[in-house]
Amino acid sequence: MAIAWKSLTRRAGGEVARSLLAAVWFMFLTFPIMVIKVSPLDKTIEWRWMRMVYVGVGAFFLSFVWRYLLERKETGPDKGEAGSWQKRVGARIRTDRRVFIPLLAAVGAFVLVFPLLFSSYQTSIMITALMYVMLGLGLNIVVGLAGLLDLGYVAFYAVGAYFYALMNHHFGIGFWVALPLAGLLAATFGILLGFPVLRLRGDYLAIVTLGFGEIIRLILENWNEFSFGPSGIAGISRPFTFGFTLTLEEHTIYLYYIMIGLVLFTILVVGRLRNSRIGRAWIALREDEIACQAMGIDKTRTKLMAFALGATWAGFVGCILAAKTTFINPASFTFMESAIILSIVVLGGMGSIVGVIVGAFVLILLPEYLRAFSEYRMLAFGAAMVLIMVFRPQGIISGIRQRYEFHAQTGEGAQP
Amino acid sequence: MEYFLELFFGGLTRGSIYALIALGYTMVYGIIELINFAHGEIYMIGAFTALIAASALALAGMSGWSLLILAGIVAMIYSAAYGFTLEKIAYKPLRTAPRLSPLISAIGMSIFLQNYVLLAQTSDFMSFPALIEEFPFMEDVTFMRSSELVIFVTTVVATTLLTVFIRFTRMGRAMRAVAQDKTMAMLLGVNVNRVISVTFVIGSALAAVGGVLISSHIGQINFYIGFIAGIKAFTAAVLGGIGSIPGAVLGGMVLGWTESFATGYVSSDYEDVFAFGLLVFILIFRPAGILGRTTSEKV
Repeated sequence: MAIAWKSLTRRAGGEVARSLLAAVWFMFLTFPIMVIKVSPLDKTIEWRWMRMVYVGVGAFFLSFVWRYLLERKETGPDKGEAGSWQKRVGARIRTDRRVFIPLLAAVGAFVLVFPLLFSSYQTSIMITALMYVMLGLGLNIVVGLAGLLDLGYVAFYAVGAYFYALMNHHFGIGFWVALPLAGLLAATFGILLGFPVLRLRGDYLAIVTLGFGEIIRLILENWNEFSFGPSGIAGISRPFTFGFTLTLEEHTIYLYYIMIGLVLFTILVVGRLRNSRIGRAWIALREDEIACQAMGIDKTRTKLMAFALGATWAGFVGCILAAKTTFINPASFTFMESAIILSIVVLGGMGSIVGVIVGAFVLILLPEYLRAFSEYRMLAFGAAMVLIMVFRPQGIISGIRQRYEFHAQTGEGAQP
Repeated sequence: MEYFLELFFGGLTRGSIYALIALGYTMVYGIIELINFAHGEIYMIGAFTALIAASALALAGMSGWSLLILAGIVAMIYSAAYGFTLEKIAYKPLRTAPRLSPLISAIGMSIFLQNYVLLAQTSDFMSFPALIEEFPFMEDVTFMRSSELVIFVTTVVATTLLTVFIRFTRMGRAMRAVAQDKTMAMLLGVNVNRVISVTFVIGSALAAVGGVLISSHIGQINFYIGFIAGIKAFTAAVLGGIGSIPGAVLGGMVLGWTESFATGYVSSDYEDVFAFGLLVFILIFRPAGILGRTTSEKV
């Protein structure tokens, strides 16, 4: 008893000492950047000592949490329990019709009446969130399913947006004509990018796609004759309304319903794709490229399909962005945009459709409604990406793997 | 000719800085096969720390070479500390995870560190004091500045020291062993965790050297400098053959000259496009780089 107590106190003491060490270390680490602020012009230094205290206290407590979570991840006794809890709820929602149908109806009804209940401003934010849902689902094909880390996804987004903007500016082509063409053009760009990078391994691919995204942005910024440079293109037409004249507010509502339709279409297509032959080939490719080739999957074709089909959605959303804001410039297509879309996919759960939708809503709506924290948005995104990778690589909602089980008694297979 | 020399030495300067940063990429990649995406941010933090330290020390009455050296040492210590912590937080727990995981965590770290500096300091460009003094004997030279000379010489010295360290010390031998075969090195009693930490520390300190020198040369910094510099240094590392130390230096120089001559003779608007274009080109036609060996993936 006494010995156990002693070892317990020693252990607790060790934990406290380690946390203290972490606190001191982080206070040292953040000292120059957090505490000191120099203004080179009037040669003064501002000392912000309180921040050091915050860092110390924060690091002290977070260190406990960090080690606890790390230990739990390694030993993993609770992990199965938490997983099964989530799985139970997930399975219940999916399989039990008494839960699933009313839930779907409630969500559907809410979605349909949303613009009538809320202001035009709220609807506009919702449109943005829905756009990110589409972007996330598109990138999810490339990153989540095929396992190709594409950091230049924003390039396809820009292609779609500039396609509609330029076509509209020069030839007066309308939204509904441009929308499928923008998707097609983005898919072509996806294949064009895909071809040269096919042979590259994961991390090289990430850098090349990043470089490609930056090249597209820099060209748009500097080729004034083609893209009107940094000042962008203004006065892009809103979606054609089939003879009705709408006010600005009605236009927003109209666009909202268009978005709902497109998101449903995206979910349908991506969902079908995932369970199709090509979708399973993507997942197989993600898991093990060599084994996959040995099984006779055409690597080139499969990867190109992933790039093309992923890029298509970015092209669509680009077209919608141009129609929504009626103005675009290259500043909308920086690497940060790619990073936001990537964090939606990563946080939501790579490969999971519901996860990506939840991720998009959380990441886009949360900073909108917590305006006070919006400047910390990117800080939080970055930290969340690290934490998710370390502690929960499958994301908030993990993808459901199609599973085939063998039942000896009945002899029947195939159970999802 | 005058213009050519100016571009030549301008390219040499850029190339030296790329080389200093690329060494960090190449060493880390050689050992854990990870693109340390946040390495550019370490460089940026080095530059910021140097600016803060130099301003504080200047107020305390210091000036001249001692100021440069002291600010540089502070920056190296802090960058090394950041690199060390970065590895412990973002990469070490993921050592056995699929390849994509540490890469995403690295991107997250990069975004985090950028915004950390943005929020804690400022989003504006800050003017960086010219810490490198003009040499009296360089007065008549019009095509090269004293700071360019200092940058080049420092790069040569740093690379030589690094090569000596890796070739002749105990730790250097352990690093080479871990790069060749991590499991085998571990079995033979090499403390792999320590080797990885040392790699991050050295790479980060070198990036800080580059950050201090180039900031003093250019005269301004902001929180975003690490992103572009990071990608370009990575390009340099790939160009020379990732994992190879002479390759990183060679790649840096080639990239520096390409950029310098292309912007000087073709167009200055597309400065970054040349670098990225070169990267894409190299990866497609010679992914192993100039000095790298092609390795086939083992099953």
